[in-house]
Amino acid sequence: MSAAGSDLLLLLFGVGGVLILASSIGFILKQRLSPDGSNAVIENLNARINAWWIMVALIGVAFLAGRIGVVVLFAFCSFAALREFVTLTNTRRADHWALACAFFIVLPVQYYLIATEWYGLYSIFIPVYAFLFMPIMAVFRGDTERFLIRIAEVQWAMMICVFCASHVPALLSLDIPGYEDRNVLLIAFLVIVVQLSDVLQYVWGKLFGKTKIAPRLSPSKTVEGFVGGVASATLIGASLWWITPFSVLQAGLLAFTIAIMGFFGGLVMSAIKRDRGVKDWGHLIGGHGGLIDRLDSVVFSAPIFFHIVRFGWSLT
Amino acid sequence: MKALLTRAVAVMIVVFARAVTAVRAIWPDSGPPQRQCIYFANHSSHGDFILIWSVLPPWMRVKTRPVAGADYWLKSRLNRFIGCDVFDAVLIERDREKRTQDPIAVMTGALDAGSSLILFPEGTRNETEARLLPFRSGLYNLALARPEIDLVPVWIDNLNRVMPKGEIVPIPLICTVTFGEAMTLAPGETREAFLQRATGALLALAPKPAGDGL
Repeated sequence: MSAAGSDLLLLLFGVGGVLILASSIGFILKQRLSPDGSNAVIENLNARINAWWIMVALIGVAFLAGRIGVVVLFAFCSFAALREFVTLTNTRRADHWALACAFFIVLPVQYYLIATEWYGLYSIFIPVYAFLFMPIMAVFRGDTERFLIRIAEVQWAMMICVFCASHVPALLSLDIPGYEDRNVLLIAFLVIVVQLSDVLQYVWGKLFGKTKIAPRLSPSKTVEGFVGGVASATLIGASLWWITPFSVLQAGLLAFTIAIMGFFGGLVMSAIKRDRGVKDWGHLIGGHGGLIDRLDSVVFSAPIFFHIVRFGWSLT
Repeated sequence: MKALLTRAVAVMIVVFARAVTAVRAIWPDSGPPQRQCIYFANHSSHGDFILIWSVLPPWMRVKTRPVAGADYWLKSRLNRFIGCDVFDAVLIERDREKRTQDPIAVMTGALDAGSSLILFPEGTRNETEARLLPFRSGLYNLALARPEIDLVPVWIDNLNRVMPKGEIVPIPLICTVTFGEAMTLAPGETREAFLQRATGALLALAPKPAGDGL
């Protein structure tokens, strides 16, 4: 087995170990505090841990399947996220064809470009071409009511759910000397650091949280959770330097950057939820809410991470 | 052979509907109905009964038949195959002048054979801005004929945005199907009072519009 393959398996076993630990803690907490299933926090915690098993299994299978597996997995994530996003927007009949294009042309083309590693086009396809042509499609119907709001919403949905999300599999196209065939580990680094940052912010917040950090946006987020979560995610990122092309210090700095981006991504997406009057983006993932609820932090950190690594380490 | 084909087509339609709408059932506190019942729902799309059908537990699904207009579902061979063979629809003739069978008799016949029914009391698809069209008398007449059978209101949300009338490509959007508590015709209840109560029970299930409620 290649070095990349054995590192990946080691990583998956490590994550599996963390999940076994989490499930055991969840089981003990349930026995102690909520034997009849009446403690909502414990029940939600266990639902979240169970959902993590499924998400890790899906990502693990995609990783082992290689490039196509990862691209297809994130294409489906984009589809489900876009479906959640557009459900909450003000679309009207006149947007029908523009929306159909978003789902059935723009999304597949973007992921096709990612799969073929055409950096020059996938990095501008949505911000330039989709951005200009989708309003043109909408304008043909002649419905000007709330026109600016409608096109802005659909464009933002495309940027967040498709463009930004597609920068996760785009990491596979970077050409880093001495790191050949190991790019999938960059995705693992990004996803593990950002998601653990979310989880640890939740855990630190539940254990020590007192001061609300953004009471109007997200009442469950606390200063203690934020500091503890980002600090521990940074340390975990630094300790994962061996799967990356970075030094320990660089890995720590990058982990810090994506954890911060992830935190603010969560806040921005919370603000949208508040505006639309919903608590969760959907119900796709038991205990977590919708897919966007889980993906928001990854989506905000992925393009930044991609471009820093591309600028600093990649030949292409 | 044909049974196999209809089964395969039914599964395909349900998988497609779920892929596009990620449809989710919201049951009342008492859970899914355990007995034979008449589901009555808002009607804005040809896909309405497919969504209800998709979220029913399989053992209930096989015993549930949609009530639909014969004029539409007998129009072409494909319509007939989907309406009659796949969904086993109870077809009623809507045109009062030309009809040869009494719709209430057709529906009570299906109920007496043990089926649950999916009924759209508005009578036709709602293409207006109003949340519901005024109910026709069918629901009342049916309740009068079989007063012992539970009537379950069902609100289908968002499907009209997935596929507005005249469009051929569906937009993937999340839909919900909300089931209410069962109701029955009260003794001596007038037609107007009953239909008003049924309308209210159905509207009570409709979610509040998101955001500023456009």
